[in-house]
Amino acid sequence: MSEASEPRLPEEIREAIDALRPRYPTEEALLLPALHMAQRHWDGWLPDEAIAAVAHELNLTPAKVYGVVTFYDLYHQNPVGRHRLRVCTNLPCALRGAEEVLDSLRSHLQVDEDEVTADGKCSFVHFECLGACEQAPMMMVDDDYHAHLTPESVRRIVEELD
Amino acid sequence: MAFEPVLLRNVGKPGVRQVAGYREAGGYKGLEKALGMEPDAVIEEVKASGLRGRGGAGFPAGLKWSFIPKGNDKPKYLVCNADESEPGTFKDRILMEQDPQQLIEGCAICCWAVSANTCYIYIRGEYVEQAEILEEAIRDAYANGILGDDVMGSGFKLDMYVHRGAGAYICGEETGMLESLEGRRGQPRIKPPFPAVVGAFGCPTVINNVETLCNVPHILERGADWYKSIGTDERNTGPKLYCVSGHVEKPGTYEFPIGVTMNQLIDTCGGMWRGAKLKAFIPGGASAAILPAKHADLPLDFDQLAKAGSMLGSAAVIVMDENTDIVRAVHRLAKFFNHESCGQCTPCREGTNWSELVLKKILAGKGNPGDAELILRICRNMGGTTLCALADAAVGPLRSLVQNFPEEIAAWIDNGGAGAEPRRYFAEEVLV
Repeated sequence: MSEASEPRLPEEIREAIDALRPRYPTEEALLLPALHMAQRHWDGWLPDEAIAAVAHELNLTPAKVYGVVTFYDLYHQNPVGRHRLRVCTNLPCALRGAEEVLDSLRSHLQVDEDEVTADGKCSFVHFECLGACEQAPMMMVDDDYHAHLTPESVRRIVEELD
Repeated sequence: MAFEPVLLRNVGKPGVRQVAGYREAGGYKGLEKALGMEPDAVIEEVKASGLRGRGGAGFPAGLKWSFIPKGNDKPKYLVCNADESEPGTFKDRILMEQDPQQLIEGCAICCWAVSANTCYIYIRGEYVEQAEILEEAIRDAYANGILGDDVMGSGFKLDMYVHRGAGAYICGEETGMLESLEGRRGQPRIKPPFPAVVGAFGCPTVINNVETLCNVPHILERGADWYKSIGTDERNTGPKLYCVSGHVEKPGTYEFPIGVTMNQLIDTCGGMWRGAKLKAFIPGGASAAILPAKHADLPLDFDQLAKAGSMLGSAAVIVMDENTDIVRAVHRLAKFFNHESCGQCTPCREGTNWSELVLKKILAGKGNPGDAELILRICRNMGGTTLCALADAAVGPLRSLVQNFPEEIAAWIDNGGAGAEPRRYFAEEVLV
């Protein structure tokens, strides 16, 4: 493969990374911020192309970047829905009915965890504690928290997404 | 004497996220005072206050600061631990949302005390809104001369950055956090060397929890003696945030002098949910041993809880009523620890996996008479045998299930699942 055809980050992300460079004494420390930006650009997940582009930008090997991607729950290696739902099912939420909320969501979307609905709109996962136990049961839709869910309200919230 | 909130005193006040509003509410007096003192005197004041870390381990904060070597041959760092991921814990989120300048002030005082010119606030990746609030507050602090090349006209230089994690409980462990900050998998390091000597980027580093740092401005402003007058005794001082969740009417973050009791917290929360009776509670997050209701009058402080075989931890109080199945509850926590084990140490990687499997088997009605002993054996293999405290944390709820609730596990095993109608985590009618 020629040099020119290798995956590169878009210019605006490279500039954003440059702006963060003075914050850290090493290039490697830019990896998590860079992956967050790349994932946003690649529709919410990190295809091999994105991993290669980040690795090139930070002078790291793709294997090293891949190792970091697989470690963290917020980085995805498979396509996700336009909206990503993370339902907390840890104990404080479970005590207030989180499993029933998750069951309701699963039957409403008619897909299983980590699968994308046929219209590409949603994918969901159960998640560990999101640090909002006073709002239990709760979930995260993209970047936002939704509180005091019921099996009915979780369906309504999905319906209202574009 | 009524207790006046300290850490939550600015909750709901308009404009306090900005420097001007925070100052109007009395803020930045602690930093101003600290900058007029010798750094060592600041450390002594924090030592004298008895402030112990609010993240889980309860290590004396001033002592931690004093471990940073003197001299200027290497840069020094403060990393503020805002990775708040201990199940049941949501106090740091409230502090960052409601009063970000209080945290910036605490960080700045710590940096002055240990001569650090850079502070990273490592915030869990899921706290997107809170990271934005902090970024905004930091920008305002730069614009008002609180941060930058000349902190409050003192000549002290301080830069502060928000660094977002990406979803991993283990990054709340000090050295896991440093690995993650440096752009690697968040696998804890071998200690020693401790971060005070070899921390972020190989340099001396203080790591403190958000709530710990939020106490610091008040200690400087009002003095160690005032601070020590709050709490149960000289080893348990100051105000404390308790995160109450589960089966209470009004779950939330409540501030008390350290050493409030479970019963007082339940009263504050408007009583038990739907009037049910208390069966058990976890006083310090998922890593703490589960205590039966008979301990509800115990002061929830570091030492009393340790004596009762549990711990204050992050003071995440998870309340479970009489309808709760403790075996199911512990299975959920075991599943959590299995998911979050970084896999580096064999006893943890295997132990967290097997403990989840054994509990799953019991809940499937296939338990054997020796399973309680098997769980204890897994605990013995995990406890104290790993690089970090995650395995010890996983042991907390497991061991307490066998030791404090033997009848619950026996009911599942004896009935072979046949008569053991799975009780629910919650009262079903609320969902209708």
